[in-house]
Amino acid sequence: MRVLAAMSGGVDSAVAAARAVEAGHDVTGVHLALSRSPESDRTGARGCCTLEDARDARRAADVLDIPFYVWDLAERFEADVIDEFVGSYAQGRTPNPCVRCNERIKFAAVLDRALALGFDAVVTGHHARLDPDGTLRRSVDPAKDQSYVLGTLRPEQLAAARFPLGDSTKAQVRREAAERGLAVADKPDSHDICFISGGDTGGWLRDRLGSRPGPIVDADTGQTLGEHDGAFAFTVGQRRGLGLERPAPDGRPRYVLDISPVTSTVTVGSAEALDVWRLVADRAAWPHEGVVACEAQVRAHGGVVPARAQAHGDELVITLGSPVRGTAPGQAVVLYDGDRVLGAGHILATG
Amino acid sequence: MTYLDHAATTPMRPEALAALTASGAVAGNASSLHASGRRARRVVEESREVLAGLLGARPSDVVFTGGGTESDNLALKGLFWARRAAEPARRRILVSAVEHRAVLDTVAWLSAAQGAEVELLEVDAAGTVHPETLEAALARDPDSVAVVSVMWANSEVGTVQPVAALAGVAHRHGVPFHTDAVQAFGQLPVTVNASGIATGEDAPDAITISAHKVGGPVGVGALVVRRGLVLQPLTHGGGQERDIRSGTLNTAGAAAFAAAATAACEHLPRESARLAALRDDLVRRVQHEVPGAILNGAPLAGPPGAPRRLPGNAHLTFPGCEGDSLLMLLDARGIECSTGSACSAGVARPSHVLLAMGASDEHARSSLRFSLGHTSRAADVDALVEAIGPVVERASRAGVTV
Repeated sequence: MRVLAAMSGGVDSAVAAARAVEAGHDVTGVHLALSRSPESDRTGARGCCTLEDARDARRAADVLDIPFYVWDLAERFEADVIDEFVGSYAQGRTPNPCVRCNERIKFAAVLDRALALGFDAVVTGHHARLDPDGTLRRSVDPAKDQSYVLGTLRPEQLAAARFPLGDSTKAQVRREAAERGLAVADKPDSHDICFISGGDTGGWLRDRLGSRPGPIVDADTGQTLGEHDGAFAFTVGQRRGLGLERPAPDGRPRYVLDISPVTSTVTVGSAEALDVWRLVADRAAWPHEGVVACEAQVRAHGGVVPARAQAHGDELVITLGSPVRGTAPGQAVVLYDGDRVLGAGHILATG
Repeated sequence: MTYLDHAATTPMRPEALAALTASGAVAGNASSLHASGRRARRVVEESREVLAGLLGARPSDVVFTGGGTESDNLALKGLFWARRAAEPARRRILVSAVEHRAVLDTVAWLSAAQGAEVELLEVDAAGTVHPETLEAALARDPDSVAVVSVMWANSEVGTVQPVAALAGVAHRHGVPFHTDAVQAFGQLPVTVNASGIATGEDAPDAITISAHKVGGPVGVGALVVRRGLVLQPLTHGGGQERDIRSGTLNTAGAAAFAAAATAACEHLPRESARLAALRDDLVRRVQHEVPGAILNGAPLAGPPGAPRRLPGNAHLTFPGCEGDSLLMLLDARGIECSTGSACSAGVARPSHVLLAMGASDEHARSSLRFSLGHTSRAADVDALVEAIGPVVERASRAGVTV
């Protein structure tokens, strides 16, 4: 089989490519250049699109003795991921750019181009399992499982995807990389959003959206407790950095409950008020009809809660057996049966 | 393996490899006073004389460097600094818009950090700088220009510039003229013999050449500098090369450079004709397989004795295909070529050369350079012709934008 290995420069994608080679496939490595600004290429910003990462990927491809190219997807990435990220925040939603990148870049633009160029499949270093029948499952390493960020992919996107690492723990992957002589064996994991160097999402958004001041309002009393510079700097469920001088009357911490971009109002209240029992999502990947008992996960490294999901037309309504906190429109909700992904959608509304 | 990327680097010639290993095996610093030093010195000086002879220059005009990029840096920075020191009003630098990055990045730095005012000379659709364009830029304020630099032949599309005419224009305004002849040397008669580099009005004042483009090793080059032309050095520490360039002399590299250049220039008219015929065959047959393919740059046939295009260069656009895709698919079939300029991340950007020639972004992105050299044979062209049809068909399915 001719396979294209997407190589970020990290240890996971390097070992995934190595396993594809070992499986006897004709493997070509490709590094996706996602950053447009030459500065970010030179400052060595953390993430997955610096020059250093491209070099690490190239070096790994050399060790594996496979052809290696860089594909420039910066324009697509900017339009489909970064602009959408900024636009979502401006509308008070909390997008997950990794989910979006998988939907629009890795398993869309890259996959389409690979298939058009005669490749049979795209290999990535995601920690997830894909059964021959197309069922997506969690990785055997619960701490590194990435099935959540793949959950919204449609069957036709998964059909040509290969995840060779799903049966291994991260520790095993690192050990294998060392045994194979891959220099990225002990390269640290990247955690930040790849296009925001330094991890200051609020500051990054303020640079793009400018200052949009508004009030911080108490949910119970309606009283204005303070001012803020821009609602986009807040996410639902956020506790720190509210900048409120006076403590709540009951002395308990306050959380962001709601963000209204139209009036630039940030509503805060108690932890209990954050509890969400019901989610309405789109049907990004939900082929099922009727009521389906399952477990719901609403963030990449969150736990699951019991849930019942039912499609209503274009929407997916999920009632939860126990509440989730700090859940905002824009996030993905992925529904599981044990380690099996049943499907997913993007949250449209909560409550 | 079908190697069609000789403009990037060409295989080392046996003569050069022999000279490299012979000299490399012998110890000796050419600056030392003892017998080993004298032996090394003799090798360097004989190599210098050989290169000077091939170029029609004096041996003392040849300054060995670490390669073409260093030679371009030395010429532009060295001349700019020296000219401005002598006459502070000389801040302008005129270079063509289609120069190699070794020139463009150098003048960009001089502009950003050294107060230079850089003007890019426009080219026509074939990539040619017209002497009138240079004349107009100089005439605006000739006393403010420090240096003019226009390459002898373009590295991407192979267009040969009217160097003698351009040098004449610069000289009439009293401005030194540098040319990057890295691509031209060994493929065209690059000589300053006609009127002599020391006195000739139409000869460049400084010429950049590089060993690995003529079948020598990487890491050796030269700047041929007219006597009396003052350059400030880039590097300090020993002043081994006329106090313009410091560093222990690369004895083996110089010997291999001279051997390669001798071999390249020895049969130059015949070899150029052979490459041009092979190249014409390549273009004709590729266009037969892919009727939509467009030849960029100057026409294949130039006036007799004065080709407007490097004999080994074929630069083609395949509309509807991404150059990256074509390169990858050809590479998978053992055919090696280039998309032109690549940035340091390895991402292919639309070529600044094609954009300067008026091409659209999409046209520029859909282009490939095939370059022939001393090891090229008819079988190389046959292999490309056999592969190109299916490759273009496949690449066009992936489209131009991803």
